[in-house]
Amino acid sequence: MNNSLPTKHYDTRSIKEQAAKYFVTLGGVSVIAAILLIFFYLLQVVIPMFSASHIKELTSYHSPVVDNAELSSSSAQKKIIPLRDKTLVIGLEEQGMIGARVTASGKVIFFNTTTGQVTSTQSLDIESAITSYSSHLDLVVLGLANGHARVLKIIYEVSYQNNVRTLTPKLKFPLGEESIELDPSGQALTQVVLQLNDDSAGLAAVTNDQRLVVSHYIREESFIDESFTTELESRSEKTIKSEVVKLALAPALDHLYVATQGDILYDYSLNDEGFVNVPAKYTFKHPITSIKLLLGGNSLLVGLHNGEVQQWMQVRTKNGSFLTFIRNFQENNQAVSVIATEHGRKGFAVSDNHGHLTLFYSTSQRTVASIEKLDSAITHMAWSSRAQHLLVVDDQQIMHLYHVDNEYPEVSWDVLFGKIWYEGYDEPDYIWQSSASTNDFEPKFSLVPLTFGTIKAAFYAMLFAIPIALLGAMFTAQFMAPRMRQTVKPTIEIMEALPTVILGFLAGLWLAPYVETHLAGVFTLFIILPFGFILSAFVWEKLPNKAIFEGWEAAILIPVILLMVWLSMTLSSPLENLLFNGSLRDYMSQQWGWGYDQRNSLVVGLIMGFAVIPTIFSIAEDALFSVPQHLIRGSLALGASRWQTMMYVVLPAASPAIFSAVMMGFGRAVGETMIVLMATGNTPLMDMSIFQGMRTLAANIAVEVPEAEVASTHYRILFLAAFILFSFTFIFNTIAELIRHRLRQRYSEL
Amino acid sequence: MNRQWFKSGVPWIWINAGAIAIAIVAVVGLLGLIMIRGMSHFWPAEVSEFKFQNKTQSTTIIAEIIETESIPAQTVPGFDHLTGNITRHLVKTGNRDILGGDFKWIYDQGMKSHEFPAEIMVLERVEWGNFYGYLKAVYEKDKLIASNEKAWPEFKQRLNRAVHLREKILDLEQGDIGAINYQLERLRLKQKRLQLDNKLDEARQTEISQQREVLKRQYQVLVQQTKTLYQDINRDSIRAIVMDGREITVPLEKIIKAWQPNKMNVIDKFGFYFTSLLSFILEDPREANTEGGIFPAIFGTVMMVLLMSIVVTPFGVIAAVYIREYAKQGIVIRIIRIAVNNLAGVPSIVYGVFGLGFFVYFMGAGIDQLFYPEALPAPTFGTPGLLWSSLTLALLTLPVVIVATEEGLSRIPRSLREGSLALGATKIETLWRVVLPMASPAIMTGLILAVARAAGEVAPLMLVGVVKLAPSLPLDGNLPFLHLDRKFMHLGFHIYDVGFQSPNVEAARPLVYATAFLLVIVIVTLNLSAINLRNKLREKYRALDN
Repeated sequence: MNNSLPTKHYDTRSIKEQAAKYFVTLGGVSVIAAILLIFFYLLQVVIPMFSASHIKELTSYHSPVVDNAELSSSSAQKKIIPLRDKTLVIGLEEQGMIGARVTASGKVIFFNTTTGQVTSTQSLDIESAITSYSSHLDLVVLGLANGHARVLKIIYEVSYQNNVRTLTPKLKFPLGEESIELDPSGQALTQVVLQLNDDSAGLAAVTNDQRLVVSHYIREESFIDESFTTELESRSEKTIKSEVVKLALAPALDHLYVATQGDILYDYSLNDEGFVNVPAKYTFKHPITSIKLLLGGNSLLVGLHNGEVQQWMQVRTKNGSFLTFIRNFQENNQAVSVIATEHGRKGFAVSDNHGHLTLFYSTSQRTVASIEKLDSAITHMAWSSRAQHLLVVDDQQIMHLYHVDNEYPEVSWDVLFGKIWYEGYDEPDYIWQSSASTNDFEPKFSLVPLTFGTIKAAFYAMLFAIPIALLGAMFTAQFMAPRMRQTVKPTIEIMEALPTVILGFLAGLWLAPYVETHLAGVFTLFIILPFGFILSAFVWEKLPNKAIFEGWEAAILIPVILLMVWLSMTLSSPLENLLFNGSLRDYMSQQWGWGYDQRNSLVVGLIMGFAVIPTIFSIAEDALFSVPQHLIRGSLALGASRWQTMMYVVLPAASPAIFSAVMMGFGRAVGETMIVLMATGNTPLMDMSIFQGMRTLAANIAVEVPEAEVASTHYRILFLAAFILFSFTFIFNTIAELIRHRLRQRYSEL
Repeated sequence: MNRQWFKSGVPWIWINAGAIAIAIVAVVGLLGLIMIRGMSHFWPAEVSEFKFQNKTQSTTIIAEIIETESIPAQTVPGFDHLTGNITRHLVKTGNRDILGGDFKWIYDQGMKSHEFPAEIMVLERVEWGNFYGYLKAVYEKDKLIASNEKAWPEFKQRLNRAVHLREKILDLEQGDIGAINYQLERLRLKQKRLQLDNKLDEARQTEISQQREVLKRQYQVLVQQTKTLYQDINRDSIRAIVMDGREITVPLEKIIKAWQPNKMNVIDKFGFYFTSLLSFILEDPREANTEGGIFPAIFGTVMMVLLMSIVVTPFGVIAAVYIREYAKQGIVIRIIRIAVNNLAGVPSIVYGVFGLGFFVYFMGAGIDQLFYPEALPAPTFGTPGLLWSSLTLALLTLPVVIVATEEGLSRIPRSLREGSLALGATKIETLWRVVLPMASPAIMTGLILAVARAAGEVAPLMLVGVVKLAPSLPLDGNLPFLHLDRKFMHLGFHIYDVGFQSPNVEAARPLVYATAFLLVIVIVTLNLSAINLRNKLREKYRALDN
């Protein structure tokens, strides 16, 4: 009995002991895991942006035909069956469910893209033979043998029948249901191209007798219904000697690009009346096989016989605007056959005569994905407007439906960190402009201006913080009276604890306007402060009984500082009147061309410097204070002055910690959000001027994340920015921490 | 000054002293600036009447002087023919609805008189900011009740009644009617839930309909009540004369407070000051947050910090105990310790981004799918809110608590542990009975620092749950009382929002200073108590060690 009790007691205790051990371990490990989670979660959001895109063939079948009589009797699949009714144009619905095929006999055949079954057919009742055609998105233009052109648009009406989404394909005729006369002399059109805008339209064609015909139309929307009336505004023509391969008409109807047999591209300038001047002529090294305008119509893609696709843009120079080579894309050496552009982005698919299919993205100059499966030439391609499906027809009349998984083609290392020549710009540049994209506008995701802004803000903050924090730490650690030190240290801790939102608010609403009106005073203050200190020292030295106040120099200087602040601020206005015609700010912009933002780097530097001072101060002071006393005493005993001991003994001993203090301070400045958000104009420009603002990574995240669409490229890039901030500060702080750790060991060894 | 003196290094020491003095001046100056500007906001400033006379006409301006400055005449259009400096005053004329603006610059030139007439009245209104003028008469409907000298006491009396009525209306609208709306919404969700689960049969359907009917009837009754109250409050109005001589009718319904500052003595002013301060702390904001109080912001901040403390304390302490007491001390734990230390230096916005992505969009959306499918597509937890803000800030302040606790644990003398173990206690018993109680002030220090940091942090909250104006508090009388999914207001964000995003920054500025001052007081107090606690603790351990 006596033995059993303690044993039992011991049992529950040991169970408790074990349980506690597991509990604490589990808790501790999970907390550490939670911390690691931050890192991995950010990474997990970022990674999809850089993962490879895929293109996969879903199905293939013979081009759908209306009645089987068109086919010869053989029913074997994938066997070449010559079609009597050739495919001219193909189209694909938004989600890739329904395909359309416009045939040479003027029929539009709609079919289910998964099975290849015909769902409906419409006949265009065309009066003459179709001699040319072109298409852009869902818009098709057919050139006829009698010099007329027919324009049609394929639309898919969505309706909900019994809560089931049903699509009904329909044809619309934006320029009227009748054919439009393009060439009055009735020559067959061998090439035709259309550009349709809300209030205007343009048609360009090449006739059989080698004339280039362009006509302008004005469109007006009827108030009663949504119908349009189209009126011919002008028509003009020019002869062209060489054989035309392809035409492209700019959306503003101001340029007509003509690719001719051989290697020459003509750029005809147009206005409302027709042709202006002689065309600009561009010679390529290889024969041109295809041209196509990229989404928005600002860039011309030129496909060449050597498999290269070149992107050209109109770029303004002093002598006017010229078509300029921007970048090129090339995967192999086979002649380009078809270029199909995406409906909503700056991507495009390129095929060649050997059945290679490659997806490119223009801005990021990326080869997104490619496939080399077909062994016959590709003749037609069409994107679904969501760019998830691609319909392809080869010269054996087989249709292939591809699924494209390509969500983030616009991101590449170059886009994020390099100079990119964007449409509408005169030269390659670093640009951050993330607003929602429209056809004419693409988001610009260069992290360089933001990184630059971050470093700029941190730089100016450090410029103010380092001298004050380090010199202050030197004094507090080695020269200050212990009693004063006891109040100074908590004061600095309070300084560290002040919410940055309050600092930012003061910076933006109080300091920024104040500095603007007292600019001369602020600079005067910077200059006179050190002299004031030395002067007070000199005066103080002359006083009797000064020794009791040793260690209280800082307290003595407080009134001196207040005096100098008052002095320079009162002198500010007279000084500006005297030297700078009343306003230093205006003087600077007039005389030296320095622009002045009210919320600028000077303000950020002052206030963020204020926020960073305690970080640097605490670490540096700690290290300076804990330099082993015997070193200091030894130095003093050998006759060195207090200052010499400071410079040659204490400072060298603590220098690693001072370095790490500066690093920590820099880390804090880099990640600071609210101050920068409130004290700068947040413009992402690259300008080192102290009188201009900036936009930092952190402020940018705070401004844009709430508006970014989840899982979009923009969202992921902002996560990337957060990841960069995280890694940067983490690595920086770790290095600083290791240095301090080493130093502590060294001190304990001494 | 000679070379010897420079060589001795004394001037350099003084420059060092100057550096720390600058820092101290900056801190104290900043705190003083916030204090002065924040505290002076509620003081009933005297209202001046300026009379100007030029060749053709005379004008009167009734306004409070905000600031006075002296600037070179040549920079001011209209006065550029003068030389030297001229004095100008920024004055607050109020009457935004009548005059079009709140503020005006006036110049000493042409000023004939500057007086403080005792009869000037200031009204704080529900909308359009302050009103300045002379009271002329009090009306009930269209009937004249009192005029001239008798008007003021009559007006004060009737204003009390109106204020009382307005409170009643507010109670009805926000309290009772709000509760009914909330219940109706819950019924709708309940019905949808049953529908989703295929459990909505006839009986349940009728039950729900009946409940709804009952609620709707109650609603009608309440609406009727408010209607009568509105009629009551609309009864009285006053006529007042503004500075350009126009007579303006102000319904009492629109007036919150009325006072005659020039008549007040110091005691009156102090009384006024403290009631204003109190109503600032206890009232809801008005006019896009630029007027009224900041109660929801204080409440939101406190709620968020409380929730955060509940999460961060146990986890922080367990992690610290694990790292210090249980984990095998070696290279791995050293790396972890450094990592935890450095997390405190990771920018807070990164935590915000993480919170938004992981908590809100990942966990929140998951919770909605599982538990609140009836509300979809409107998100319940899949949108920024109080819970996610608290968790994000808990993660942010975790390193603070861990580091402080670890420090506390490491400072406990070995002798005490060894004593306990030698007496036969197990490790957990030693920890629980000896070590942790002794370390509790250190844990407390860590928690206070964490709270101080959380209370001032804004950047991450902007992403995970703070809004400029929350329709309802996260804690109210409707089940389940604590609404973790609601968005909330926060002092720090309030400062940012009112100071930088409000339409009338100039008028709202004193309010921002007052808010900032409140926040600073909270944070400085918290920090000072943490510092104090820590210092005491260190002394205690030192005593134990010896």
